[in-house]
Amino acid sequence: MTIRAAALAVVIAAGVAGLAAWGERRVSRQTDTDRINVVYWEKWTGKEGEEMRKVVEAFNASQDRIRVRYLSISGVDQKTLLATAGGNPPDIAGIWQDQVIQFSDNGALLDLTPLAAAAGLTRDHYIAAYYDPLVYQGRLMALPSTPASIALHVRPDLVPPEFATPATFPKTLEELDAMSDRITRKKPNGEIELAGFLPTNPGWWPWAWGPLFGADLMAGGKPTLNSPEMVRAFTWIGSYARRYGSQAVQTFQSGFGNFSSPQDPFMSAKVATEMNGVWKANYIDVYAPDTPWFAVPMPYPADRPDLEGHAIMSQDVLVIPRGAKHPEAAFEFIAYVQRQDVMEGLCLGHGKNSPLARVSEAFYRNHPNKEIRLFDRLARSDRALNIPKTGLSPQISAELSVAFQEVNTQVKTPQQALDAAQKRIDGLWAIYERQVLGR
Amino acid sequence: MMKRREAWVGLLFATPWILGFAAFLLYPLAASIAASFTNYSILRSPQWIGAENYRELAQDAVFHKALGNTFLFVVGAVPLATVLAIALALLLNTKVRGLAFYRTMLFLPTLVPMVAQATLFLWVFNGDYGLLNNALRGLGLDPPNWLGDPAWSKLTLIVLAGWGCGQAMVIYLAGLQNVPVSLYEAAELDGAKSWARTRHVTLPLLSPVILFNVIMGIIGSIQVFAVPQVMFPGGAPARSTYMFAMYLYDNAFLYQRMGYASAMAWVMFVIILVLTLVSLRVSDRWVHYETN
Repeated sequence: MTIRAAALAVVIAAGVAGLAAWGERRVSRQTDTDRINVVYWEKWTGKEGEEMRKVVEAFNASQDRIRVRYLSISGVDQKTLLATAGGNPPDIAGIWQDQVIQFSDNGALLDLTPLAAAAGLTRDHYIAAYYDPLVYQGRLMALPSTPASIALHVRPDLVPPEFATPATFPKTLEELDAMSDRITRKKPNGEIELAGFLPTNPGWWPWAWGPLFGADLMAGGKPTLNSPEMVRAFTWIGSYARRYGSQAVQTFQSGFGNFSSPQDPFMSAKVATEMNGVWKANYIDVYAPDTPWFAVPMPYPADRPDLEGHAIMSQDVLVIPRGAKHPEAAFEFIAYVQRQDVMEGLCLGHGKNSPLARVSEAFYRNHPNKEIRLFDRLARSDRALNIPKTGLSPQISAELSVAFQEVNTQVKTPQQALDAAQKRIDGLWAIYERQVLGR
Repeated sequence: MMKRREAWVGLLFATPWILGFAAFLLYPLAASIAASFTNYSILRSPQWIGAENYRELAQDAVFHKALGNTFLFVVGAVPLATVLAIALALLLNTKVRGLAFYRTMLFLPTLVPMVAQATLFLWVFNGDYGLLNNALRGLGLDPPNWLGDPAWSKLTLIVLAGWGCGQAMVIYLAGLQNVPVSLYEAAELDGAKSWARTRHVTLPLLSPVILFNVIMGIIGSIQVFAVPQVMFPGGAPARSTYMFAMYLYDNAFLYQRMGYASAMAWVMFVIILVLTLVSLRVSDRWVHYETN
């Protein structure tokens, strides 16, 4: 009797585990049996999530064969990878452009080239700065959802009157430095009260400083982090820590509130200028709508006028993970998002510029960001800058971030910091070439 | 016959656990050993590369940096938490009014989730408006930037380790209850004062408990992850707080180098094993068991 009871318990436990596993598949795959269910994982929540949800609902209403199920997922990139490895990925995932090459190297993404070609989604449909980073080894691995370009945001009420318009604002970095020195105020105890400009705020693009000085991070087809242009860029970064005091800058910055709050340093008048993306206007509208501001392209080194109008790009993208159950249906939705009217609606909702080559006048007219034409122009410029197209870009970003911190905290000189980063990345590159690229 | 039947029944009842152990512990352990000898990104089939991951670890400057940071953390945090926990346990072992309240209050921080702790301390240690620096400024001092200055960031983490000493404190408190009162009385008759009684009676009889807590502290400190990950993302500033487990996590999930991360995990296991064995060996000299 006891053996029977124990055996029964084991059988029941095994049965429950089996049902749970089988049931999960049934539930996640086919809630709606009259249509193909496409599962879409996306990072967005809040307003951005709502805007994409509207697109999904419009797509679902536009036809009767496919139903897209939108799910907001935190850590969407890692969860997509793990789900792909486990053989149960979503049909569509919304990740970041920076990750496309790394994911592709790992064979995590479906090649969209034939599907895009069949749908007429070729390079000329897009702004090159947004399309080209998504093509890897001749294959299209992702398509844009919403893009962004980065510019210098300025508080006209905090800069000297002669610089308080886009037309009169400093064009070169040397002029920006001089203006910043004029604006920056310290208390009697040495604490900073207001900063004109700080390269460390918000400090989200450590890879971009070198290219803003003309550096090629992939010179000769391999990561190059200690070129003269890079050293010059990091020397310029370090000059702010030297002039305003490394400790004073750190303490000042530690008092900055979150960018999505009224305590954001730009909105709370702690910094007069800030490099930030097209999305900044959304936060200003929500948290400090009375903040006066305008945007200009990031100034360039005086001796490099060829770099005038350069800007950093970034974008959110849609991919189909390897092993997706309904790739054709998934691509049908992605292609729907690429329609000019749909994309413009989404980008208007997100307050971003469009990644498409063709943009309607109504888009500019109705856009909530008053500087949208500038952000759009920066993206169309041949000086638009993207993160290096290599699967090693997370490591390159990490090494440059460390060098950035070492220079700002004056632990190392720019040359020492970048030499150390180069040495480290050389070792990683050799492994990457051997283990991932198979060279 | 009956014994055999009982053995089968026992085995059957233990089967769910045995299955769980095999599936969720034994298999991953074996798989991670195998993965540590491969180039493996979890999305591609593992490729055998022999001891290359281990050779790379020997030359990896960031690994050495993370290892050094972790050792400094262990060396600072374990003694601090031990001394603090023993001191609090001794205080809570006295007969004062409201003892239960004090015990509860001192144990409560242990129940706060790590991420909540880390978020709380981001406010306390903030260089500009933090509670600590406001207090220090009130005393006329020029306080450092605890979170942003590489010279102070590691120390901040070590100080925070004291926050979670409540768990050890409770174990010490239990150990203190077991010290026979007769020994204190005998020591008192011999003229031993308070400190002498603590040193010659309490601590020797508490030494097995201290050994247990020190070993658990070493293991926990080598694996420290959540608090530095939240407070100092990426080991900022300048990798001064980059810990072993953070680098392991980054390799596994950020850089997709699961084979390399597995090799790191096994190095961590060996380090913990060696330190535990050394602690046990050294303990012969200072740990006193009642049976001795």
